[in-house]
Amino acid sequence: MKRADTAVKNIKKGSFKILFRCIKYLLSYKYTAAGVLLSLLLSSAINLAIPKVMQIVIDRGITLRVPRIIILGSGLIIAFSLMGALFSFIQGYLATRVSHGVAFDLRNHIYEKVQHLSFSYHDRAQTGQLLTRATSDVDLVREFIGRGVIQLLNALIMMGGSIILLYNINWKLTFMVLPVMALAFLIFFLFARIISPFIKIIQEKLGLLNTRLQESITGIRVVKAFAREVFEEERFAKSNRDLRDINLRTGKYIASGMPLIFAMANISTLVVVWAGGYQVLANYLTIGELVAFMSYLMMSMFPMMILGMLLMTIAQAAACAERIFEVLDASSETVEKPGAARLPPIQGKLIFENVTFRYFKGTAPVLSRISFTALPGQTIALLGATGSGKSTVINLIPRFYDVSEGRITIDGYDIRDITLESLRRQIGIVLQEVILFGTTIRENIAYGKPEATDSEITAAARTAAAHPFIESFPQGYNTVVGERGVTLSGGQKQRIAIARALLVDPRILILDDSMSSVDFKAESKIRQALEDLRRERLCFVIAQRISTVRNADQIIVLDNGKIAAMGNHESLMAESPLYADIYYSQLKPETAG
Amino acid sequence: MSGFAMGRHHQIKIEPTRAKNPVYTLKRIAGYLKPFGSRLLLAGLLAIAQTLLAVSAPILIGRAVDILWAFLNGSLILSQAGYSLNRTMLLLFIVYAGSWAASAGSFYIMVIVGQKVLFTLRSQVFGKIESLSLRFFDKQETGDMMSRMTNDTEVINRVLSRGITRFASSILTLAGILIAMLTLNLSLALVSFSILPLMIISTLFFSKRVRRAYRRTRKTIGQVSAELEENISGVRVAQAFSRQRENIAGFREVNKANREANIDAETITAAFSPTLDVLSVIGTALVLGYGGYLALHGLITVGIIVAFLQYVRRFFQPVRAISHIWSNMQSAIAGAERIFELLEDPLFLADADNAKDLSRLEGKIEFKNVFFSYDRDVPVLKGVSLITEPGQTIALVGPTGAGKTTIINLIARFYDAEKGSVLIDGRDVRNVTRRSLRSQMGIVLQDTFLFSDTVMENIRYGRLDADDEAVKDAASLANAHAFIMKLPEAYHTKVMEGGSNLSRGQGQLLSIARAVLADPRILILDEATSSVDTQTEKLIQQALVKLLKGRTSIVAAHRLSTIRRADVILVVKEGMIVERGNHEELLNKQGTYYSIYKSQFRAAK
Repeated sequence: MKRADTAVKNIKKGSFKILFRCIKYLLSYKYTAAGVLLSLLLSSAINLAIPKVMQIVIDRGITLRVPRIIILGSGLIIAFSLMGALFSFIQGYLATRVSHGVAFDLRNHIYEKVQHLSFSYHDRAQTGQLLTRATSDVDLVREFIGRGVIQLLNALIMMGGSIILLYNINWKLTFMVLPVMALAFLIFFLFARIISPFIKIIQEKLGLLNTRLQESITGIRVVKAFAREVFEEERFAKSNRDLRDINLRTGKYIASGMPLIFAMANISTLVVVWAGGYQVLANYLTIGELVAFMSYLMMSMFPMMILGMLLMTIAQAAACAERIFEVLDASSETVEKPGAARLPPIQGKLIFENVTFRYFKGTAPVLSRISFTALPGQTIALLGATGSGKSTVINLIPRFYDVSEGRITIDGYDIRDITLESLRRQIGIVLQEVILFGTTIRENIAYGKPEATDSEITAAARTAAAHPFIESFPQGYNTVVGERGVTLSGGQKQRIAIARALLVDPRILILDDSMSSVDFKAESKIRQALEDLRRERLCFVIAQRISTVRNADQIIVLDNGKIAAMGNHESLMAESPLYADIYYSQLKPETAG
Repeated sequence: MSGFAMGRHHQIKIEPTRAKNPVYTLKRIAGYLKPFGSRLLLAGLLAIAQTLLAVSAPILIGRAVDILWAFLNGSLILSQAGYSLNRTMLLLFIVYAGSWAASAGSFYIMVIVGQKVLFTLRSQVFGKIESLSLRFFDKQETGDMMSRMTNDTEVINRVLSRGITRFASSILTLAGILIAMLTLNLSLALVSFSILPLMIISTLFFSKRVRRAYRRTRKTIGQVSAELEENISGVRVAQAFSRQRENIAGFREVNKANREANIDAETITAAFSPTLDVLSVIGTALVLGYGGYLALHGLITVGIIVAFLQYVRRFFQPVRAISHIWSNMQSAIAGAERIFELLEDPLFLADADNAKDLSRLEGKIEFKNVFFSYDRDVPVLKGVSLITEPGQTIALVGPTGAGKTTIINLIARFYDAEKGSVLIDGRDVRNVTRRSLRSQMGIVLQDTFLFSDTVMENIRYGRLDADDEAVKDAASLANAHAFIMKLPEAYHTKVMEGGSNLSRGQGQLLSIARAVLADPRILILDEATSSVDTQTEKLIQQALVKLLKGRTSIVAAHRLSTIRRADVILVVKEGMIVERGNHEELLNKQGTYYSIYKSQFRAAK
C-alpha cells in the first residue's frame, strides 16, 4: 500500500494550505457565500424537523385517534418540504454562482498571467499543459469549492443535528446505535482508503492504455514504417491485461465493500428496531419516536458516506490547485520596474553596450559582448550562419528577453527602465515564425491597432503587397484565415504579418527573415514601398537577399554570438573573409535575379 | 507557422447520440456476452433475490411495529411480544445478510464479465487499427476518432460493469415496491402511487433540459479552450504588439459566457433534486394522512403505515437511476455501433498470398510509370518513372502537393500503386512481405512522432534488440546525445504525450537517432518544413549528413544543404518528374528547379 501512504501524505502535506488559498477566492463572493450558508442552515433545519412532525402524527394523531392532528401534521410536512426544497434550491443556485464565479476569476487570472509571462517562460511551457490547467484543473477546483465544501458543511450540520435529536428522543438508544454508526464510518473510511489508491492506479493504467491507443493512431506511420505492428499489439495487450487485472482486483473490493456499507446502514436500522422495540415494550419509547428515530438515523448515515467520498477528492483538488498556482506564481523575467517611465516618441538612436545573453544561468552565452550603435533613419542588416544569434539580437530590442550583461538603450533610456507598452508600441516586428489568428484578415492586420480605419488597413496592406491577393478573395478583408477559413500560403502569411507590423506605424521596424516565402516580384514591390518608410525610422533586417543587405547602412556579421565584422557592403567585401564567404555561398544566386 | 493547431486535450464526455441500428448492435454485444451465459444467469438470479429481500425488509419492520402496537393495545403480553419481536428481527437480520451477499455476488460477477468483454473488445479494436491501411487514416480525423474510441469503450464499460445490474435491479426494485405496496393495502398503495407519474414526468422534464443546457456548456468551454489555445500559441505576437489588454478583455467575454451557461445548467440541476425531494415528502405526507385515516378506522395497522413510509422514500431512487442509466445505455449502444463499424471496415492492406521475404537489399529503387490517387477524382501521381543506383542520395524537390510525399509513401508501401509498379532490387514490392521490406528501410517522417515512453525506448524503436550502448551510439551519431544528457533523467527521461516536454528540433534529432539505430539499407526522409531554433537546426543538418552517407536515400527535401549534397535531384511538379540532374546542372538549366530555388530556398538554412 505504498501508494495509499503517499496519497495520505499528499493530503497532509500542504494540501490544506493550498485549498485554503482556493477558499480565499471565495472572499470576492462573501455575501453570496453567506447566502449559501444561510439557506443551507435553513434547509437542514427544516429537513430535521420533518421526522419530528411524523412522530407527533403517529403518537398524538394515530395512537390517540385525533384526526385533526393527522391532517394538520401531514399538511405541515408538505409545507415544510416545500420550504426545504425552496431553500435547498436557493442554496444550490447561489453555490453555483459562487463556484463558477471563482472558476471565472481563476481562468481570468491564469490568462492574464500567461499573457504577461516573458518569452523565456513560454520557451519552456507547453500550450497543452497551460490549457489543461486553465480548463480541467480549474474545473476540479471549482467542483471542490462548489460541491465539496458545501457537502462537507451540509454533512457536518446534518450529522450533528440528527445525533443531537437522536439523543433528545432517547439517549439510551442513541448510545446503542452510536457504536454501529462509528463502525459504519470506520468501514467507509477504510474502504475509501483501500479503494482510492486502486482508483488512482486504474486511472493511470487507463491513461496509459488510451495513450497507447492514441499513439497507435497518430503514430501509425512510424509503426508501419518500422514494421512494428506485432510489437505494438503485444505492448497494447500488456497494458490491456494490466488494466483488466487491476479492474478485477478493485472490482472484488468494490463488490464486497459497497454492499457492506449499505449493509451497515441496514444493521443500524435493525439495531434501532430491535433495541427500540424493547424500549417500547418497557414503555420508555413511543412508536412515533421509534419511527422518527429511524429517520434521523438515515439522515446521519448518508452524510457519513459523503464525508468518506470527500476525503478522496480533497487530494485530487489539492493537486489541481497546486498546478494552477504554479502558473499564477511563476515569475516573469521581464517585469516593469515600479514607477517605470514612459518612453517618449523614439528619435531612433539605439545602442547595444557590451550585451551578453544566455537563455539560462550558467549555460553558454548565445550572444557575447555585442556593441553597436544604430542611428535614426538607418537600416541595419544582420547576417550570419544559422545559430549565430541574429534572431536573438532582434528579440532583445522589444525586451522579449532581458540581457544577461550589458545594456540596451534607446534615446538614452535603458529599456529596462521604461514601461513595456511604451516600448513595444513603438516597435513593429515581423517574427520569423508567422502566427496569424483564426479570424478575419482585417482583424489580423489591425491586431496591433484595433481602432485602425479601413483606409489605414488597406494602405498597410498595399505597402506589404498584400492588397491584391486579399482583394482576390470573395470576402476580401473579411476572409477568415486558419482552420475555419482559407489556408494562406507562406508568402501570403508573411505579407499579412508585414502589413500588421506597418499598421502600428512603428518608429523601429524589425523584419526577421520576413520575406523568405514571398516571391521575388512581391518582394521588390514591398522593398520599394518600404524605401520611403525606412528613411524616417530605424529598421532592422535579417534577410538572405543580397539586395536587402547591400542597401543597408550597416551590416553586422555575427559568428557564434559575436560580432565578426561590421560595416557597409563595400568595406566588408574588402575586409571580411567571412562576409565574402557568406556572400558567395548563400547569396550568390540572387545576382542572377 | 503553427499558430492554429496544438494538442487539444480530450476529456471523457458522454455525448448522448442515437444509434442507427440498435437491434443489430445489441445482438452483437450479446454475442460477446454469450460465453458468460451461465454466470450472467446466476447474476440475474442473484439480482432478483436481492430485490426480493430488499423489498421484504420494510414489511418485517412494519410487522415489528405491529407487534409493539399489539402489546401497547394489550392484545399481546410482554413475553409473547418479546418472543415475536426477536423472531421478526432475526428474520430481518437474515434478510439483510442475504441481500448483502446477493448484491455483492451479482456485482462481482458483472465486474468480471464486463472487464473480460471489454478486454476482448479493446484487443480487437487495437489489432484492427494496426492492420488498417493508411487510406483509412486519411479519411478520419485522428483526434475525433481517438476521443470517440476511448469514450466509446469507457461508456460501454460503465454500462456493462454497473449499468446493466443497476438498471435491472432498479426496475425490479420499483416493481417489487409496487407489488409489495399493492399487496399490503390496495387503496393506500393507489393513493401513494399518485406521486409516481409526477416523479417520472419531472425526471423526463428535467433530464431533457439538463442535457440541453450541458450541451451548451460544452460549446462555451470549447470556445474558452479555443481562445486560450490560440492566444497561448500566439502570445509572442500579443506581446510584440502590446495587445494583452485587449486580449484579456476578449477572453473575459468568452469566459463570462461560459460562466453564465454553466450557471444556467446548474440552476436546472439545482431545481431537479429538491423537486424530487418535495414529491417524495408529499408521498410521505399522503401515507401519513390517508394511512392515519385508515388506521383510525381500523382498516390498517400502524405497521403498514411504517412499511409504506419506507417504501415511499425509496420510490425515487430507482426512478432516477433508470432515467440516468437509460441515457447512458443509449450512448453505449451508439458507441458500440461505432466500434463495430471500425471492426468491419474492409480497408486493410494484406500481404499477397505468395509474398516472399526480401533478402538483404542492395538498395536499388525503380518506379515504372506509376499512377496514384488518394481520392479517385484527384490524381496525385501521373506516370512517375525513376531509377536510383544503390548508395545514391536522391532529393525530391517541388512545390507542396506536387507528390513528393506520395512517392515516399509508395516506396514504403504505405499504399499500393494504382497503375505501374514499384520495384526494389528489381522485385515488385507487392510480391514481398511488408515486414521484410520495412525492416530494411528507415523512415524519418516530417512530423516526428514520439511515444510516451523513455527517450531510450523511443530510440530503440528503430531496432528492438539493440542494447543500451547501441542506443547511445546512435544518439551520439545523431547529435542527440548532448541534449539527452541534459534532460532530468538523461536516457530514462519519459517523453510526455506527443513529445511535449521536448522541443520540435529535439524530437527530430530523436527520430534521426531512431533511423540511425535501425541502420537501414534504404533511408526515406521526409524533411520537416517547420523551422526549429537555429542551434538545433544546425545539429539536425549535421546529423542528416551522417545519416544519409553510404546508403540509398530518398529525401523529400526542403533544406538547401540536403539538396545540394544530393547525387540526383528530381523535380516533381503536378504528379510528374519534370527535371533531373544535380544542383549546378539544374540551376544552369534555368527551368522549374531554378524558379523553385529562387522562390523557396533562399530562406532555407
